[in-house]
Formats: sequence, structure tokens, C-alpha cells
Amino acid sequence: MPLNLDNIFGVHEQALSVGARRATVLASNIANVDTPGYIARDVDFRATLAAARDELAVHRSRPEHMAANQAAELGVRIRLSNQPSVDGNTVDMQVEKAEFMRNAMRYNASLTFIGARINGLLNAIRGGQ
Amino acid sequence: MSLFSAITTASTALAAQTIRLNLTASNIANAESLASSEEDAYRTQHAIFQSIPVGQTQNSVGEGVTVVGITRSDTPGPRQYMPNHALADDEGYVFGSNVNAAAEMADMISASRAYQNNVEVMNTSKDLLIRTLSLGR
Repeated sequence: MPLNLDNIFGVHEQALSVGARRATVLASNIANVDTPGYIARDVDFRATLAAARDELAVHRSRPEHMAANQAAELGVRIRLSNQPSVDGNTVDMQVEKAEFMRNAMRYNASLTFIGARINGLLNAIRGGQ
Repeated sequence: MSLFSAITTASTALAAQTIRLNLTASNIANAESLASSEEDAYRTQHAIFQSIPVGQTQNSVGEGVTVVGITRSDTPGPRQYMPNHALADDEGYVFGSNVNAAAEMADMISASRAYQNNVEVMNTSKDLLIRTLSLGR
């Protein structure tokens, strides 16, 4: 089996960076739960992850070309609220907390996969000793 | 690392909620304050929240929160006839504060819950960062 060091971690490498970005957006929503007029936002995980994976394939022949990772930056969307409040704030605290926890668990899962991959490779390098 | 800006975002919220809690404490403490004129009477104070971008980079997606100002409610407070009171004016009236104690208690609970939620965000982000840093150990 040829070993390509560029993608030994598979999708999890990009999943970590998208997960960290999503954690930031969700943290912003939780921080602004009482800010009048604040619009709740979220990251479209699937689309952003797909864009992050495609980044590697984009070839920039000139410095003026747009960096491909701008596609990933644009993954932030406005989330519709179940119960918008009178002051224009659309943050639903229970939704934000649930999504933040879910995101943290997924991040942990990716870390576990990467950790297992590192351990497996180290084991192979040491010849099982 | 985006997770650092999650922690920064949560910390801006902690600072803002602390100011809000301080104002609530001030309001409740002065709920029974009296004064000798309408202008000197204590007025309920509230913080105005506004979102601010966190981080210097263009790619930063975090938005923290800050207190941009403090409002003083202009609702008139109660005017009581207490001619023997030390603070009574020439006509024998004293002027009370316009603090609504029940509303302040509700606001305090809201602020303390928001504070707790942001502490939780900080703790979770910290745990994720520590696990990320210890990869391959």
C-alpha cells in the first residue's frame, strides 16, 4: 500500500478546522444571546467541509487569483429562529447549546481518529516493539 | 486557531455580563433610595449590548459582545409626602427611585445564566484545545 503522507488523516484534518470555525460561530451566538438585533449564524458543515477538501485541488497560477479557501470562509449562514424576540435577536439558546455540544463531540471524534492513526503509524515505524 | 477566538468571544461576553450584573446590583441596592428632588432621585440603569468582531484577521468569523453605553430610565419615580423626613423638600415631599425590583431580579437571573453558558463554552473549547495539543503524545 503506497503511503501518501499528505492525506494520512483523511477528511479529519479538514473536519477539525471546520469544526473549530463552527465552534467560534456558535460561541458568538451564545455570547450575543442578549444583544438587540443580533442575527444568529451557523456554519454549513457539510458544504464547508466539501469546499475545504476541494481547496487542495485548486491551482493558482497568478498571485491575483482568488485563494480557494475563501469558499470555506463563506460557509457562514444565517440561521432561522424558532422564536424571534421583540428586540430582533434570533438566538435560541437551547439550539445553540445543543449544536455547540454536538460540534464538540464531532471534534472529539475526529481527534480520536487522528490519534489512532498516529498511534498506528508509530507502531508500524517501531515495528510493533 | 479558531478555537482561541471562541475563547476570546466567550470572554467578551463574560465582561459584558459582569457589567450588566453590576448595574443590576446597583439598581437593587438603590431600590429604596430617597432624594430631595426629582433630578437627584436614583434612576434604573441598564447596559446596552452590541456585537463586535473578534480577532484581527479578515478570516475571523467570531463576534463578541461589548457594552456600548448605559441607559438611565426616565420613568418618573414615586413622590411621597413625608414632611418629617430629613430629605424632604420645602413642600414636604421625598422622591423615590424608579427601580422595579422584580424586573431587576429577573434580569439578574438572565445575566447569571448567560454568564454560566459562556463559562461552559470556554471550558469546552479549552478541553478541545488541550486534546488537540496533546495529539501524538
